[in-house]
Amino acid sequence: MRFARFALTLGLLAAATAANAAIDTSPLPPKQPGWSFSGPFGMYDRAALQRGFQVYKEVCSACHSLNRVSFHALSSDNGGDGFFTDPQVKAIAAGYKVPAGPNDKGETVDSSGTPLMRPGIPADHFPPPFANEQAARTANNGALPPDLSIITKARAGGPDYVYSIITGFHQKPPAGFKVLPNKYYDPYFNGWNISMPPPLSANQVTYADGTKATVDQMAHDVVTFLTWAAEPTMEHRKRIGFGVMLFLIAFAGLLYLSYRRVWADIH
Amino acid sequence: MAGHSTYVPKTRFTHWLDSRLPILRFANDTMSTFPTPRNLNFWYSFGGILTFMLGIQIVTGIVLAMHYVPAANMAFDSVENIMRDVNYGWLLRYMHSNGASFFFLAVYIHIFRGLYYGSYKAPREVLWILGVIIYVLMIATAFLGYVLPWGQMSFWAATVITNLFSSIDQILPHFGTAVTQWLWGGFAVGDPTLNRFFSLHYLLPFVIAGVVVLHIWALHVPGNNNPLGIDVRGPQDTVPFHPYYTVKDAFYLCLFVILFAIVVFYLPNSLVEPDNYVPANPLVTPPEIVPEWYLLPFYAMLRSIPQKLIGVIVLFGALITLLFVPWLDTSRVRSMRFRPLAKQFFWALVIDCIVLGYLGAHRPDAVFPGTAIPMLPFARLGTAYYFAYFWIILPLLGLIETPRPLPATIATSVTGTGVEQVNAAPAE
Repeated sequence: MRFARFALTLGLLAAATAANAAIDTSPLPPKQPGWSFSGPFGMYDRAALQRGFQVYKEVCSACHSLNRVSFHALSSDNGGDGFFTDPQVKAIAAGYKVPAGPNDKGETVDSSGTPLMRPGIPADHFPPPFANEQAARTANNGALPPDLSIITKARAGGPDYVYSIITGFHQKPPAGFKVLPNKYYDPYFNGWNISMPPPLSANQVTYADGTKATVDQMAHDVVTFLTWAAEPTMEHRKRIGFGVMLFLIAFAGLLYLSYRRVWADIH
Repeated sequence: MAGHSTYVPKTRFTHWLDSRLPILRFANDTMSTFPTPRNLNFWYSFGGILTFMLGIQIVTGIVLAMHYVPAANMAFDSVENIMRDVNYGWLLRYMHSNGASFFFLAVYIHIFRGLYYGSYKAPREVLWILGVIIYVLMIATAFLGYVLPWGQMSFWAATVITNLFSSIDQILPHFGTAVTQWLWGGFAVGDPTLNRFFSLHYLLPFVIAGVVVLHIWALHVPGNNNPLGIDVRGPQDTVPFHPYYTVKDAFYLCLFVILFAIVVFYLPNSLVEPDNYVPANPLVTPPEIVPEWYLLPFYAMLRSIPQKLIGVIVLFGALITLLFVPWLDTSRVRSMRFRPLAKQFFWALVIDCIVLGYLGAHRPDAVFPGTAIPMLPFARLGTAYYFAYFWIILPLLGLIETPRPLPATIATSVTGTGVEQVNAAPAE
């Protein structure tokens, strides 16, 4: 029975692959929705970051980890690069459970066998949704949802690409294109067959600031948040860069005048 | 040209020191009063720029090494930690990773400058060879450094490049594999590989610094070549290095640093493959394994040859060829300003290297975008021209080319009234 199912899947796969071989399934060029953070003076939109964080927390984090981001990075107090106050960050961290074992007696599980857990503190990182890769694959039809900490830097096209993937569903595949079992059609993904189900639907989250939660809005917000997660020091970098450029240009001007002066008696 | 020392100790202490360790005399003679041709142009400022970039790489690298962990399961996260939680770690890392690119940009301009003005010709052959050695050491250091973040490109670049040695199997069975496994410290690229690469990546820059000292020493014996390629005839042809070239080099260095700063602060990931932000995974081969841009011409040569061992020989041959340039160029005229034919072949070589760089970023079976024209024949043609330039064109040109007449002296060429100045200059 198992073998029959395996053979059937294999046959379907082969048929679909053969059918799709006739079509060029290279990804469409990403959409360019425009970002607050692009350009040399572009900064992150604070409200979008907070909304995007909410989308990540309520939707994406069910499958995707954010392993490299710590809660304290969310703080904007004391010169931090985040977008929440310290008390808000403490409250957010406390809303997560992180492994606490071993305790003073060396136990890692309580009397009922459940691992010891404690509320998170700002120094903790976002806990992953799955214990390990195998658990993640088992829960997702064999596919591994990638960690999102640096996703916008780890894909060609960056934020535009991630936005296009999230909003690229719900289109009718072209005639002759076969969507594989447990896959979804997304023409912005290489090969067009993506393992991620359409992640967003309208009004999936309720924004505190009253913004209408359309799919485009949520996607735009969460990609802003993920770009921040990948590059939290961007604003700091651009601000310092501006000062450095001003200094270097002025310094180059002075050096040029010195150069002309020193060489005046030679030429 | 180095001549006798003009240093005069001014204080009792410097007098005392001068008869024990004449280090101030050395500094004065090499960095201050050193007679330098008066006609050096913009392209001659890259020696100073390269010294500056080596300094930047060493200083940022030492601080990065304080936070980096050379272990396969921690390297990627430690780099992310540097980017997020180390104070100004993002600045150090972006300066270091982009600094390598700008170091190579400067060295390529420096090398082509030398090729154009014939700076490799007698009596500067040793100076040139030391430069080639520095360049090869830079390639090795850059490759080792590319592996350290332990992203997908790091891991697979290490796999591809170390596997080049396994091609020796074709002439000495098993020996190439043995060498490769010895380099890896195991049966695949892994923890021991990363550890030794880190160790060597930390060592080689100091070797480079040592060879740079020899390079500058070898420069100071015959003195600088110049855009005219004619010898310095007397003091009327030169100016003291300081302040004339310190201020000129400083100005051009500042312009170069402005370009560097634009990339570091505004486009810090523009020269990186996105795949290197994916942690190394031995089970997943990236669709395309490419080195950083500055090694792409060599990668194009390697991949244009279907036979692996010959490809590797061509790759290393392209570098070794540079060592022979002083003797391959048979022309007695140094500067290509006076070599109408050689000049054209030189610019063809520059374009050839850029085209090879473009082709090196694509698979050998790729076609030019929007066409059905395959890239492979062009990569082969480009490779052939690279070798032909050095081994056929340069030796032949010296025999068949009629150079334009050379100016008598640097001074006559630089100033309209040079002849009078030459005569008016007090004889030494």
